[in-house]
Amino acid sequence: MIKLAESVNNLNCDGAEPSAEDRITAVRDAGLLGLSASETADALQAWRNQYIGRSGEVTLLLRGVGSLPADQRAEFGQAANRLKNELEAAYDQREAAISAFTGPIGTIDVSLPGRSPAKGRLHPITQTIREITAAFGAMGFQTFEGPEVEFEGYNFDAMNIPSDHPAREMFDTFWLDRVDEDGNNSILLRTHTSPMQARIMETHEPPIRVVVPGRCYRYEATDASHEWHFNQVEVMAVDEAITFADLKGTLYEFARRVFGPERKVRFRCDFFPFVEPGVDMSVDCFNCDGDPTCRICRGSGWLEILGAGMVHPEVLRRSGYDPNRYTGFAAGMGVERVAMLKHGIDDIRHFYTNDMRFLSQF
Amino acid sequence: MKVPISWLEEYVPVTLPLEDLAHRLTMAGTEVVSVDTTLSFDGVVVGLAKKVVPHPNADRLRLVQVDAGDETLEVVCGAPNVATGQKIAFARIGSVLTDAHTGEERKLKRSKIRGVTSNGMVCSERELGMSDEHEGILVLPEGAPIGMSLGEYLGETLFDLELTPNRPDCLAVMGVAREVAALTGETTTPPSIEYPEYGADIATLAKVEIEDMDLCRRYTATLIQGVKIGPSPDWLADRLRAIGERPINNVVDVTNYVMFELGQPLHSFDFDSLSEGRIVVRRARAGETLLTLDGETRELTGDNLMIADAGKPIGLGGIIGGTESGITGSTTSVLLEAANFDGANNRRSASKFGIRTEATLRFEKNLRPELAEYGVRRATKLILEVAGGTVASGIIDEWPDKAGAVQVVELPATAIERLLGVSYESEVVISTFESLGMEVVCDNDTYSVTPPYWRPDISIPEDLIEELARVIGYEKIPTTGITGSVPVWEPNQDRVLREAMKDILSGFGMQETISYSLTTPEAEAHACPPAHGLQPLQVMNPLSAEHATLRTTLRHSILTVLSRNARIWRGPLWMFESGRVYLDRGEGIGLPDEPEKFVGVVAGPRSALEWMSGEPESSDFYDAKGIVESLLSEFGVTACFVPVEETTFELGRCAQIVIPSAGRAVIGVLGEVASDILSTFDIDTAPVAMFELDVEAIGRLPELQSLGQQDYVPFGRFPDSARDLALVIDDNAPSADVLALAERNRLVVSATVFDVYQGEAIPSGKKSLAVRVVYQAPDHTLTADELIKAENSILRALEHNFGAELRVR
Repeated sequence: MIKLAESVNNLNCDGAEPSAEDRITAVRDAGLLGLSASETADALQAWRNQYIGRSGEVTLLLRGVGSLPADQRAEFGQAANRLKNELEAAYDQREAAISAFTGPIGTIDVSLPGRSPAKGRLHPITQTIREITAAFGAMGFQTFEGPEVEFEGYNFDAMNIPSDHPAREMFDTFWLDRVDEDGNNSILLRTHTSPMQARIMETHEPPIRVVVPGRCYRYEATDASHEWHFNQVEVMAVDEAITFADLKGTLYEFARRVFGPERKVRFRCDFFPFVEPGVDMSVDCFNCDGDPTCRICRGSGWLEILGAGMVHPEVLRRSGYDPNRYTGFAAGMGVERVAMLKHGIDDIRHFYTNDMRFLSQF
Repeated sequence: MKVPISWLEEYVPVTLPLEDLAHRLTMAGTEVVSVDTTLSFDGVVVGLAKKVVPHPNADRLRLVQVDAGDETLEVVCGAPNVATGQKIAFARIGSVLTDAHTGEERKLKRSKIRGVTSNGMVCSERELGMSDEHEGILVLPEGAPIGMSLGEYLGETLFDLELTPNRPDCLAVMGVAREVAALTGETTTPPSIEYPEYGADIATLAKVEIEDMDLCRRYTATLIQGVKIGPSPDWLADRLRAIGERPINNVVDVTNYVMFELGQPLHSFDFDSLSEGRIVVRRARAGETLLTLDGETRELTGDNLMIADAGKPIGLGGIIGGTESGITGSTTSVLLEAANFDGANNRRSASKFGIRTEATLRFEKNLRPELAEYGVRRATKLILEVAGGTVASGIIDEWPDKAGAVQVVELPATAIERLLGVSYESEVVISTFESLGMEVVCDNDTYSVTPPYWRPDISIPEDLIEELARVIGYEKIPTTGITGSVPVWEPNQDRVLREAMKDILSGFGMQETISYSLTTPEAEAHACPPAHGLQPLQVMNPLSAEHATLRTTLRHSILTVLSRNARIWRGPLWMFESGRVYLDRGEGIGLPDEPEKFVGVVAGPRSALEWMSGEPESSDFYDAKGIVESLLSEFGVTACFVPVEETTFELGRCAQIVIPSAGRAVIGVLGEVASDILSTFDIDTAPVAMFELDVEAIGRLPELQSLGQQDYVPFGRFPDSARDLALVIDDNAPSADVLALAERNRLVVSATVFDVYQGEAIPSGKKSLAVRVVYQAPDHTLTADELIKAENSILRALEHNFGAELRVR
């Protein structure tokens, strides 16, 4: 503890007798400073004895009133009393503050686990659909949905795939046991989200920018990379001046957003009956660097992500759009495939087995 | 489609390294899946015998220094014919070779032979599995490149192509050659069709009539007499084997070869078996049958196009031949057919009979009639070469609608930029089209393009634009963003609501699951009885019996998922599924209703095992109810829960979720799953609480219409006071009603149950409810008098309505 009393006594540095006012100020300053430096109950008690105790400095000041010239006594006495009250109040406040601080209360094992809030996750398919729709959403594409049970007309004919067309080979179909007026089975489980192209064009005026996620079905045996039940996301933009260059720009931006800005993107010619020209978009393999034994890209270095192209004039015409006025592009991708590539999932069947050990990882 | 490079090189020079060519083809639409070799010798390379010296410890052995390209190794060799400077087949350690003595395959190991380590083996033909020759080593030609894999050096390299259905031309080596030529700036040399014609005029010997011209556009034929049927020469048999075809005999092999060479399917008949030497192309007559080459007897109808002779069917046109008219070892006269059949009819018939031949694969893509004549002449030339004989002069050529064959596509120059977003000089456009074999006339800024006969896929301007873009390269087309106005915002409210509900439920600790939407009525009935009069929609061609109908409930889905996880997951089994059910609308044709539902189960421990609370308690009905209440409160919706009986749930433990603000609309159900249902699903965790919610019904609630726009309500500025009541009331009095009654007092802000007790000190048939009531006035601090008055008034009302008595204050 600082010996403040000495400093007070040594105030008469120039040898002159200090004024009464100076003495009060000096005691006050030293007292308040000493109080703020007192951090324990013991220190506080010592301070109390030094300043406001029975033989404390303030008491001494008060006692010294009688030795002053008569004309100074009243003023000095009042000042000394004010000081006494002020220091006592400060003492009370300080005591309360110190007694509230009770010191360390013992250590806890900070390595013990915390109380965790309940954990739930969205299915990886939901997460992936959201990621895809958000990437396009940022470019002005709105999300639509449509029926899973579909007319043959929308699923195939409107998409420029007449019956007996060899391209129907690409779409093995589940048919429902409902027949139309001609006795034909014409209701099916949609094999792709593309029929929504026609449905949206039929009910909307251009410009159109839509993204359509949804379940699709194909009559094919299940293995590690094929499911008869899967999800697609359809993408379509139609307006007066949509070009192939716009297709490339939009899909390139999508790929960067979903697969990372460092990915290389490749567009190659491909065929789908509802587009012309047709496109296959791939990104460079993120598992390997051209390793011929890579199990993800099988050594090609590229991963096919989606099929796309300029909307076929026949599709526009059948949906009531004039192909001489409007152009557009469309794209479709498999959600499971995107999720598998992003997360390194090796078997598509995990998605609908719903094992918590799988689902809880995403 | 497999294309051996050596075959390809007969028609076009291959000027690019194969990898580059494969890339170019792939980018332009003809995907090269892999570059393979017909032979494979794992680990065996071409080596150079740099130095041969005698083995220090064995007279009959030598030491050979082999340069294997990347390293030089010493091996011990016992063959008498090994000599310095030879190119040899060198097997590295680890190669799989045929043991020269046992004939079994084994992996080559490093070994010490008479004190000298042998780091590999100089191979004989037998060790390579090429022949039984093992007297001496295989000596390779001098030019063999050191270090090259032996398979690559000796075998045939081929492209394995994955073709798109629009390109039948690439189902032929010649077609691929044309593609290669266009992409590399080379020109093709088509195979020769020159042969001497000595015989009598074919018209005097054979006759062809097309009765059904809609199904057969052209029929060409030649007649070769005096042929000798036998095995094909090596070059022909090897080529067929290289692409995976089995050689049969020289004539049949030629017809197959030409199909793979030019893309035109052909068929050869034993001419002497044909009645009157006549071919009639017609629809089958009812009752006609045909024994086809695969040994099946086919019953024919008027939908099937037949090749017949004067009397009977002899072949299914463009699909498969008949046995009686087929080539046999004793055939001497061959009538060779190259025809053009209607694609759709061919495809229908082939699929009806379950036959998928290489011919159908091509015909179904609507080949052009021009191809037939080239095919029949090419095959005739090759048959003369490999089977001898003389050919009758001329060909039979029935082509009724010859004039209608040519189709010109008009492409305005502006259409290119309009679709691609980039324009090209007319020289570039014209030379690109010409490189693909098209004839181009450019006039008034319009290209008039005649596609070659081998490109039946090109019929509209957009097809031509794709040709231009793919030959120039998609990678060279610029990359831009969409310009123009943004479409009108049109949010899909049900979807927004559904996704928000998923977020909220997962935030409450529930795991989302997704199940198949196909099931069976029997399986669904395990979870709940079928709704009245609802027939599930049936799939005609289910893949398996357990996925035969579209689901009408999600309850079965979630219980199946719970069952799967109950034994393997130690944490909370809190799971939900959001998905559609499919409800037939009942009357006639039309699509079913596909309403969106949520179903959730709440089972297992309430939390993960935690050190501060020991073994967690089981989740129960009230966990599920809390989830539903909190979920609805996120949308400002308050529900009341009305007891109901449902088969899925335990009696007395099930409630309808009713919304008073919406005319008591029912939006779902909540309950504890009945124990017999749990045992049906083999779930031994109990209790299992389940809820089901109807998204559309929630979306229609008035609260949802003003979501996010609710008005601010000033909160009380004066202090509130809480007082607790302990009430004894009838056991069957719903506590919600007690609370509602308390809250009716104007000074009451909220009333909350914080304990329910039955047992000691409580008469049977009664329960004790501890209720905390919070009082507040909007304009002043409540006095003790006011509080007591309010409380007494509440107590009187409770006593009056429920016979409630005060237990402890």
